[in-house]
This record gives sequence, structure tokens and C-alpha cells, in this order.
Amino acid sequence: MNTLLKIIKYQQHDLLRSRWILIYTVIFFLLTDGLFRFGGDASQVMLSLMNVVLFVIPLVSIIFSAMYFYNSREFLELLLSQPIARFSLYFGLLLGVGMPLSLVFLIGVGVPFIYHASINISQAILLISGVLLTWIYTGVAFLIAAKNDQRVRGIGISIVLWLLTAIIYDGLIVFILFALQDYPLEKVVILLSLANPIDLGRILMLLQFDIAALMGYTGALFSKFYGSLWGSIMVVSALTLWAGIPAWLGFRYFVRKDF
Amino acid sequence: MSVSRSIYLLLLLISAGEASIVHVGPDQAYVSIAKGILATSKGDTLLVLAGHYQERGLLVSHSLTLIGRDDPVIDAGGEGEILRILADSVSIQGFTFRGAGLSHLDENAAVRLETAHHGTVQNNRFVDNFFAIYVSQSSHTSILNNMIQGKAMTESRSGNAIHLWYCKNAVIDNNQVQGHRDGIYLEFVEECEIRNNISSRNLRYGLHFMFSNHNKYHHNQFLDNGAGVAVMYSRHVDMWLNTFADNWGGAAYGLLLKDIYDSSIVDNIFAQNTIGLYSEACNRVNIEGNRFEKNGWAVKVMANSMDNIFTRNNFVSNTFDVATNSRQNFNSFNNNYWSRYKGYDLDHDGVGDVPYRPVKLFSLIVEKNEPALMLMRSIFIEIIDNAESYLPILTPETLIDQKPLMRKN
Repeated sequence: MNTLLKIIKYQQHDLLRSRWILIYTVIFFLLTDGLFRFGGDASQVMLSLMNVVLFVIPLVSIIFSAMYFYNSREFLELLLSQPIARFSLYFGLLLGVGMPLSLVFLIGVGVPFIYHASINISQAILLISGVLLTWIYTGVAFLIAAKNDQRVRGIGISIVLWLLTAIIYDGLIVFILFALQDYPLEKVVILLSLANPIDLGRILMLLQFDIAALMGYTGALFSKFYGSLWGSIMVVSALTLWAGIPAWLGFRYFVRKDF
Repeated sequence: MSVSRSIYLLLLLISAGEASIVHVGPDQAYVSIAKGILATSKGDTLLVLAGHYQERGLLVSHSLTLIGRDDPVIDAGGEGEILRILADSVSIQGFTFRGAGLSHLDENAAVRLETAHHGTVQNNRFVDNFFAIYVSQSSHTSILNNMIQGKAMTESRSGNAIHLWYCKNAVIDNNQVQGHRDGIYLEFVEECEIRNNISSRNLRYGLHFMFSNHNKYHHNQFLDNGAGVAVMYSRHVDMWLNTFADNWGGAAYGLLLKDIYDSSIVDNIFAQNTIGLYSEACNRVNIEGNRFEKNGWAVKVMANSMDNIFTRNNFVSNTFDVATNSRQNFNSFNNNYWSRYKGYDLDHDGVGDVPYRPVKLFSLIVEKNEPALMLMRSIFIEIIDNAESYLPILTPETLIDQKPLMRKN
């Protein structure tokens, strides 16, 4: 455990000095601040931010983490020659990347919240889903990077995976909805949304804002599901599974990996 | 016959020609209103003093002024009706009516005017009645400044607050209506004016219009009703400066129009409704200068609506601005302000140089396939919406604002 903490500490230092992390923070900060200054009322700001969060965080997290994993190859090999458990090494690296990424997101977006508007439930949900998405895509990146030795291939898969979850998946849902439109599909859509972390994040936010539209029959059904205890448990466990399983699978590959 | 007795008879003859005042009260000659009414003759005034009167089935069959002093309460105890007026020029003011009884056979009302013209009901309170004010086959009725409060739980077990049936030239002004089935219900009503009322938290409609031509309603507020306001099968209805707000639900509308012809909807506010304005089979309606704000769907126009004109309206922060169910469009949208408009105005004449298409592809998708609502604001949807707005293939090509305003008006 001690080595795990040491590795995390080292990573934090290494990452927080990185230029990219600084740029990432500043972009979030300027964007949030600017939206609050010029974007009109708070709910409009939140909706714009939501789109950025759902678009940018997965992309940055998955690419940055995969790159970082590949760049740490020599460092990993060096440490592996020492008597250090692979568990500590892998999760040290994972936490060491995930923590700074979520931290700078919280600072970049959260600080303007504090001085522009009092923190309310929708902002809290935005921050929480941002942090969760960071962890999820960091974990996925580690899985990809641990499985594929080739850097280009790994980055390529990461980008494709991001495209798939961020954009193409929703297209598929539309396709399914129209292909099977003679059937009642409300429950199917709920299940499909649980399978995609970006959709989950979006729906969590949506329930805060577009209430009026959601109060139609289907919308009421959705808000009833996601608003209920059972629904909340489903959402939280789906997101936790998304954060946990890829990272763990990555570890399985990492343990067996022949450096 | 003594002299005094003949003088008394003489006085009686003189007084019969004039209005007299009959007092009813716990310490008066008449302790019940029923007896008081029997003691009056045409044109008299019945003055009811403060007290709690357990009475029902009161009948007024000659012209009479009923005045309640210091808020007398007439309580039917949850059974039958309270006051029925069968004569012209009856005025009722200053009472609290309570407990007209629920019935599945009779439409029991606290005050019922039946073929009673020129009646006035003003400054009364109505609490927990089945129907509060029920007017049928009467003209020139004034319903003013009443507070009507019900505790309706289900539609089938509740009545309307103000119910007009086959009436003409009625004025309904400055009433507060809540907790009934319909706040104000009009059927076969002509030439009426409904103004300054607040109708809220009714189970079904805040205002319900059926087969009622040549009416106007303005400066009313319809808030948080089960399904909003419905205007159906009517011609020449003018609606202006009303507020329709907070009507949420599966079948909730700010304003539902069905089979409306030659009417006008001007300067109203539609805010935070599931559907702001819903139009089905409406022709020649002029919709001008309204504000649609934060609705799920600001306007839903079904394809069987024709020749309606939407102009100078403000569409602000609605999830969907306009939705329709067809590629055909026979209505005109011009000179409206759309908060979602992204065009520019090079010549600074306040009118955008790029036309605006208010129907998004996504609203069409949701119209056809409601579960797709779950994809709202997803990036994929934004992409196809944008693509469609540049090259419309599925959305109605002619539903377009050629001159969108750059600023709210």
C-alpha cells in the first residue's frame, strides 16, 4: 500500500507540472467563466456546459490517459525491475492520472460556479458526472493501452471508442427505435441508455433542465424511473461498473503482460 | 274600522309599490333565509346578517337583491343545491356558500341561475361546492369578484367552478377560481367577456370553451391546471394578454385549440407548459405578439390547421419551438423572434438575413417515436439537426420564418 501511495504521489507531481493539464484547467475555467458572463441565465449556461462536459471530458480523458500510459513505458519497466507488486504499480498509475484529471476539472468548472452562482443540485450533478466520466474513460484507456502494445493502434482504438460512445451509439438508438417502432420501446431505451456512460451523464443532467418537455407521457415515464430510488441505484451502479470493470480488466492484462 | 287601522292599510298599499328591505338574522324577525325570501316581493332587498345558516334548496322566483352583511355563511352540509334563481334581475352579494352536495344525477350548484336574465353574482365566497356558479339559458349575467375554492380529488367526482350553458352577453370579471374540475366552463355561450380572472390548480381545464362563438377573454391567468385551457369548436374567439403557465403532464397544454376559426391570440404569455399552444384543425387564427418561454413544445401545429398566421411572437428557451406531424405546412410564420436563431443581420434592419427553420428534425423524430425523447441534447442529435436545417429533407420545407427578428419585441 505504501508503494501505491508513493507512486500516486509521484504521478501527481509529474502530471500537475505538465503543460497539458494546465491548458485543460484554463480552458475549462475560461469556458465556464465566459459562459456565465455572456451566456445569459444559469440554466442556459448549464446546458452549454453539459454539452462540453459530455463531449470533451471523455475525449481528453481517454486520449490523455492512453498517451500517458504509453509514455510511461520506460518508467514502468524501470519500476518493474524493482520488488514492486504489479497491483500497486498499475493502480498507482491509474489513480495518479485519474485524480489530477478530475481535480483540474473540478477546479476549472467548480471555481466559476462558486463566485457566479450558488452551488445547486444541477451543478453538483454536472460536477459529479464530469468526475465519473473522467474515471470511466481513464479506466477504459488503461484497458486499451495495457492490451495493445502498439501505441498507434491503442490511440486509434481509443478514438474509435470515444466516437462510438459519444456519437454513433445515439445514432444506433435512433435506428433501433425506428426499426422496431411498432413495439413499446420505453424500457428498451432505458436499458440502452444504461449501457452508455455518456448517455447516462446526459440523462442525469436532462432531468434537471428540460423538465417541461420531459413531462409528456414518455418523459414522465423516464423521469419516474430515473427519479426513483431503484432508478438512482441502477444509474449509480451502472456508472460504478463502468468505472470499475474496464480498469480491472486492464489490470488483468497488465499482470500477465510480458514487458 | 278605526282611524288608525285605515291609515295602516293605506300605508301598506303605498309601500306595496316600493321596494322594502327584509332583514334576516339570528336576532331578526326572520331567522331563516327561506322564510325571509318568502316575505319579500318583487324588487325587494333581502339583507342577511352575519350568521351560519344551515339551508339548502332556496328558491328565488321574483326579482330580488340578496345582500349578505358581515359575511353570512349558507351551508348546505354537503347535500343538494343551495340557491336557485328563476327570475330576472336578481343580485347576490356578500355571502359565503358552502357545501353544495356531490351528486351523480344532479348538477348541484351553490348558486344556479336558470332562465334568469340580468343576474349579478358578486363579492361572494364559494367553498367546497360541487358546482359553484351554474348559469343556464340566461343573458347579461355578471359574475364579479368571487372567490371560488373547491377540493376536487377526481374528475368524475367534481364539478365546475363557473359553468355557463346556453348564455349570452355574460361578463365574468376578477374571480379567483381553484380546485374544481374546470375553472370556467362555457358551452353554447355567445358574446361573453371573461377578464381578469385567476384560474389555478383545477383538475382538468382552467378554462373550457365548447361551441361558443364571438367571445373574448383577456387579462386572465391560467396556472398549474391539470391540462391547461381548452378552446374547442368555436368561431371568433379573441384572446389577449392572458397568461398560461405551469401546465405539466402527459396531455397538458397551455392552450389547446381544436376546430377554432377566425380567432385571434394576441400578446399572451405561455410559460413552462409541456405544450404551450396546440392547434388542431384551426383555420384563420391570428397569433401575434405572444411570448413562448421555457415550454417543452412552444407550438404544436397539426397539419390539418390552415391559414394561421404566426407573427411578432417571441420564442425563448423552449425545448422545441415548433413541432408538426407532416411535411406539409399551410400556415405562415414571419417576423418572429427565435432565441435559438443563429443568423446575422448585415444591413442592421433588425431582421435576420438568413431564414430560420423552427421545426427541428429531432422534434419530428420525437413526434413519430416518443421514446427518442431520451436522446434530447445528445451530440448526435445536434449534428443531424444542423445537417437537416441546411438541407431540409424530412422537415416541412415551407415552414420557415423568412424574416426572423434579431431582438425580442
